[in-house]
Amino acid sequence: MPAILDAQGLHKSFGAVTAASDIRAAIERDSVVGLIGTNGAGKTTFINMITGYLKPDRGRIVYEGRDITQLAPREVTRLGICRSFQIPQLYASLTAFENMLVGIGVVQQNGGRGGFFSRGEALVPGYERRAEDVADMLLERFGLAEYRDKNAQVLPGGVRKLLDIALTMVARPKILLLDEPTSGVSAEEKFAIMEMIMKAVRAEGITVLFVEHDMEVVSRFAERVLAFYDGRIIADAPPEVALADAEVKRFVVGGELHRMDEAAGAKDA
Amino acid sequence: MRPDRTPLLLVLMLAAVLVLGPIVPRWTLFLLTIAMAKGLVVLGLLLFLRCGLVSFGQALYYCVGAYAAGMLGRLYGVSDVITLMIAGMLAAALLAFVLGFLLARYRGIFFGLLSLALSMILYGLLVKTEALGSTDGFNVLPSTILGWRPPDDWVRYAVLACASLVAFVAALGVHRYLRTPLGRLAPAIKDNEIRVEYMGASARYAIHTKYVIAGALAGLGGALAATTVGHIDPEMGYWTTSGEFIFITILAGTGNVLAPFLGALLFESIRSVAFDLSPNTWQMVLGGSLLAVIVFLPNGLWSLFRRRKAA
Repeated sequence: MPAILDAQGLHKSFGAVTAASDIRAAIERDSVVGLIGTNGAGKTTFINMITGYLKPDRGRIVYEGRDITQLAPREVTRLGICRSFQIPQLYASLTAFENMLVGIGVVQQNGGRGGFFSRGEALVPGYERRAEDVADMLLERFGLAEYRDKNAQVLPGGVRKLLDIALTMVARPKILLLDEPTSGVSAEEKFAIMEMIMKAVRAEGITVLFVEHDMEVVSRFAERVLAFYDGRIIADAPPEVALADAEVKRFVVGGELHRMDEAAGAKDA
Repeated sequence: MRPDRTPLLLVLMLAAVLVLGPIVPRWTLFLLTIAMAKGLVVLGLLLFLRCGLVSFGQALYYCVGAYAAGMLGRLYGVSDVITLMIAGMLAAALLAFVLGFLLARYRGIFFGLLSLALSMILYGLLVKTEALGSTDGFNVLPSTILGWRPPDDWVRYAVLACASLVAFVAALGVHRYLRTPLGRLAPAIKDNEIRVEYMGASARYAIHTKYVIAGALAGLGGALAATTVGHIDPEMGYWTTSGEFIFITILAGTGNVLAPFLGALLFESIRSVAFDLSPNTWQMVLGGSLLAVIVFLPNGLWSLFRRRKAA
C-alpha cells in the first residue's frame, strides 16, 4: 500500500540540542502507529514538524504526494492532518456542544459554506447534515452526550481528553495525531478510553499516530511502533518485535531505570 | 434552538424612532442622532470585546470618518448626508484595512495601547494642521438629503431618519455576521487561539476582518456626528473620546447588536441630564453610574433583558 505520509530525513535542533536527527518514516494509509520514547526523545517534535508548528532544519514531509514541509498548522489541518494535545486545548468558556459548533463552523467556512450571503441553513461538508446534528452525533460517539451543556473548564480530565479528540473529528481528518491520549487518566480507564477512541476513529478509516508511555496500551492498539531515542528512531517494527528489541528495552522501556542506574553508578565511582 | 428575535426587535426599534421622531421634543432628536452615531462605533467595539480585545483608540476612525465627511463638504461642497456617511465609512475602512495588517498581530494590552498610540498620532497631526483649522477644527455644511434641503424645522428629523436607517442596516448586518462561522469564532479566539489555528482557521484573518468592519462602523458614526453637530475638531480623535466609547461598551454589554445603541442613548441621556442639573459634577454622576453597572450588571445593560427572558 502506498504511504500516505512520508518523513524524509528530518533534522531539527534547538541550539545545541538535537531534537530530530535523520527521522525517516513512511506511514501507510489506514494504519495505526504508536510512537514511544522517553521525555525529550523527539516524539512531540516529530508531531510538531508534521503539523507545521515547527519547520525542520533539513528534510521533507510529503503527504499524499505533496510537500507540506513549509505549510502553517492551519493549512496542514485543512489538508486533513489533525492533532489532539497532551494537555487538552479546549474553548474553556464554552460548553462541550458549543466547542463542537465552533469547530464545525471552521469546517463550514473552509468549505465555503455558511458565509454572510448564503441562504438557508448551511450543511456540514463531508457529513451533509446540520451543524447541530453533527455536533450531537460526534459527542454521542465519544460518550460525551451527558456533558453536552457543561462548560469545558469544569469537565473532568478524561472527558476533556475525549472532547479534545472529538474536536479533531469535525474536519474528517485522514491522519490523526494523538499526543498521549491517555495521559492523566487512571490505569483502569486507559483501555476503555483507547477502545472508545479507536472505535470512533477507525470506523472512518483514519490513519492514526499516537504517542503513548504505557507499553501495554501500545502493544494492544498499535500495528507498528516507532521508538524514539535522542532525536533518532531506534526501532521501526510491529510492537512485539520493537518492544523486544535490546536497544528499545534499554533506552525506552527501561529508560527511566537505566538512567537511575547510571546516576547511581556515577555516584559510586 | 431559540428563534432569532433580534431582526424583529430591530424593525420595531426603527419603526418606533421613525414614528415618534416628529412627536418628541426637538432637543431629543439631536440626542438620539448622536446616540446613533456613537452606537455605531460601539457596535464595532462589541466585535472586538467578543474576541477579548479592547481598543483604546477607536476614536481614530470616528475622527477620520468625520474629517472625510467635513473635507468632502469643504473641498467639493457635498452636503448630502448619505454621501457623507458613505465617504466617512470608506475612508475609515481603508485606513483600518491598512493598519489592520499591523494590529491583527497583537493581543491584549499591546493591541489596546497600539490603537491608542495610532489615534493620538492622528490627533497630533490634526492639531498641527493649519489648513484644517488645527485645534479649532471647522464647520460642516448644513445637511441635505439627496439634493433636497428639508425645511429648518425638519432637518433634525430627516437626518435622524437617515441615521436610523443606516444604523438599522448596520446592526442587522453585524447580527448576521455574528451568526456566520467567522463571526462565531470570536469567543474561541478569546479562549484558545492555538486551537483555532489547529482547527484550520486563521485568528489573525478573523481579527483583521473585524478590525475593518469596526473601522467602517466608526467612520460611519463619525461622519454622522459631523453632519449632525455641524462642526468637527481634533477632539473627536482624542483619547477621551475613545474612552467614552469603551465606557458605553461596558455600559451596554456585548449580548446583542441592539445593546450598543441603547447604551449610547443612556450615556448621552445621563450626560445631558447630569450636565443640566449639576454642571460642576456631571462627570461624577457618569462615573457613579458606570460603577453601578459594573457592580450590579457585570454583563452590561443587556443582561437586564436577558434575565427577564430567562425567567
